[in-house]
Amino acid sequence: MSETTAEHLPTEARAQQKAAGPGPWAWARANLFGSWWSTAVTLALGYIILRVLVSVFEWGIVNAIWSVPYGPTGIANTAICQNAKGVGACWAVLADKYRLILFGRYPYEEQWRPAIVVLLFIGLYVVSAIRRFWRKELVLIWIGTLTAVGALMWGGFAGLPLVTEDYWGGLPITLILATFGLAFSFPLAVLVALGRRSTQLPAVKILCVVYVELIRGVPLISVLFMASVMFPLFLPPGLNIDKLLRAQVAIILFAAAYLAEVVRGGLQALPKGQAEAADALGLSYWKKTAFIILPQALRLVIPPLVNTFIGFFKDTSLVLIIGLFDLLTMGKVALSDPPWQSFSTEVYLGLAAIYIAFCFAMSTYSRSLERDLNRSRGR
Amino acid sequence: MSHTQSASQPLAGPPAIVLDKVNKWYGAMHVLRDVSLTVAEKERVVVCGPSGSGKSTMIRCINRLETHQEGRIVVDGTELTDDLRALDTIRRDVGMVFQSFNLFPHLTILENCTLAPVWVRKMPKAEAEELAMSYLERVKIPEQAKKYPGQLSGGQQQRVAIARALCMQPKIMLFDEPTSALDPEMIKEVLDTMIGLADTGMTMVCVTHEMGFARQVAHRVVFMDRGEIVESGPPNELFENPRTDRLKLFLSQILRGH
Repeated sequence: MSETTAEHLPTEARAQQKAAGPGPWAWARANLFGSWWSTAVTLALGYIILRVLVSVFEWGIVNAIWSVPYGPTGIANTAICQNAKGVGACWAVLADKYRLILFGRYPYEEQWRPAIVVLLFIGLYVVSAIRRFWRKELVLIWIGTLTAVGALMWGGFAGLPLVTEDYWGGLPITLILATFGLAFSFPLAVLVALGRRSTQLPAVKILCVVYVELIRGVPLISVLFMASVMFPLFLPPGLNIDKLLRAQVAIILFAAAYLAEVVRGGLQALPKGQAEAADALGLSYWKKTAFIILPQALRLVIPPLVNTFIGFFKDTSLVLIIGLFDLLTMGKVALSDPPWQSFSTEVYLGLAAIYIAFCFAMSTYSRSLERDLNRSRGR
Repeated sequence: MSHTQSASQPLAGPPAIVLDKVNKWYGAMHVLRDVSLTVAEKERVVVCGPSGSGKSTMIRCINRLETHQEGRIVVDGTELTDDLRALDTIRRDVGMVFQSFNLFPHLTILENCTLAPVWVRKMPKAEAEELAMSYLERVKIPEQAKKYPGQLSGGQQQRVAIARALCMQPKIMLFDEPTSALDPEMIKEVLDTMIGLADTGMTMVCVTHEMGFARQVAHRVVFMDRGEIVESGPPNELFENPRTDRLKLFLSQILRGH
């Protein structure tokens, strides 16, 4: 069939035609076996890929060990895992340690609370992702969910035992740091970006420039160190701000500086005429910013914005340095148990799967969002 | 100003816009030199001149998209100063149409028109939509109300921009080269809209090179060159009997171009 007729068909029909016709074979012949050289490369790469896939499949599924017997004292007998080392994966380590990795040192009987917290966070992400829910009420949903998260984690009411932050750990810590971090740093970033472009208030502008440049000039680890080690030295004796809160504030301030630069990029890319038209209509600065400037500027920077979000989601694992037990740290803790010490590959693969699930969801969503927003504008 | 008070001037009502010895510099460049101009209520003034003559800068000073450094600008009895409240009053009463339309691409045509009435004039949404539809009908594109600006032609976009400005029910309309960015076949539809607006008695200041339009609607034509007003008078008088060499040269270039 010719290209021109295919182009006029709806997408589904075109996809069907492609699948039904001689499409894949013709494509393969043209692109993979076009010349003897291309055929050789295709065969060589195909062989390597196949070998890798087969050995991963054998190691991860066929020869894998899913559970181990426990001795009379409750200590796992990992002898079969040790014997299978290099041949099959020992997923038994995850089966044994998943609650420690996911929920840290949170009291075992109370671990349904952090489990609900994780579900609350995921529910919050899903609701926020649906454009139908993008109204004022969404702010209330966020406030409500984040309050519920705090209440469930701490407890101390309605018969729930109090669990202090020292016992929190694992996935909830990672999600708390990332979600609170981005929820607070994003509005701050927008304000800083607007301040940095202010022509009316030179003092505010200088303050914003100094803030961004100062934060960008130092590594996150040093900011976390400052927050956890140096900051308490400046506090009056007796006043103690919790370590988790200090790390959280450090992450918020750090992320805000980076996000502010991304937002500023969007503000700069917007044609000057948009602001002038809003001015000419008599819109005040804040109305102009809220209705005309930001909706367009933020749309322009969705890809770098999500890029920064993903970066900070993973950077929360740096709190390991100051002794907070986030997801990655709990993986290390789980591996310190003598019988399981040599199965770090399996544990880190498990952790990677969790990080990939969250980050991949974010990037997939950002792509679909960009497509939707551009389509509605008729571009 | 003696040279702006032509004997044959048809309108001499109370002044809507007064510019008194306005000066402006961009760095070392002197872009407005002692510009003085009085526009009466219901008067229609066309400003022309070669590019870089300061005509756009002057019109943009009237609603303070540009700030002047010396002289006074009084719009509808309110002097333009750093006072934000005075600026709000003026911008409510002065509508502006831009060369590049500047519609808001993320809003529908209807939303473009209702945004300012709802948020600046505090008009109920239903009333604002009714008003917007009446103006969209007047510029002859009510059927496009639910579309986005990107889906319209240039001429249609400029007509929406005119409707959007009118929705604020301004007393004065400023046009900054409204047809310069349009393809030739779309210029007429925009000029027709502006002629229709002129018939309603709106005070208009229009920067344009459309001499036919100037002859048809302008009470007065102002010719600017190198930041100053060189000549002004009723269109026929000015075009038939240019007094200065600069205007003669400009007219010859314009006519050759057409």
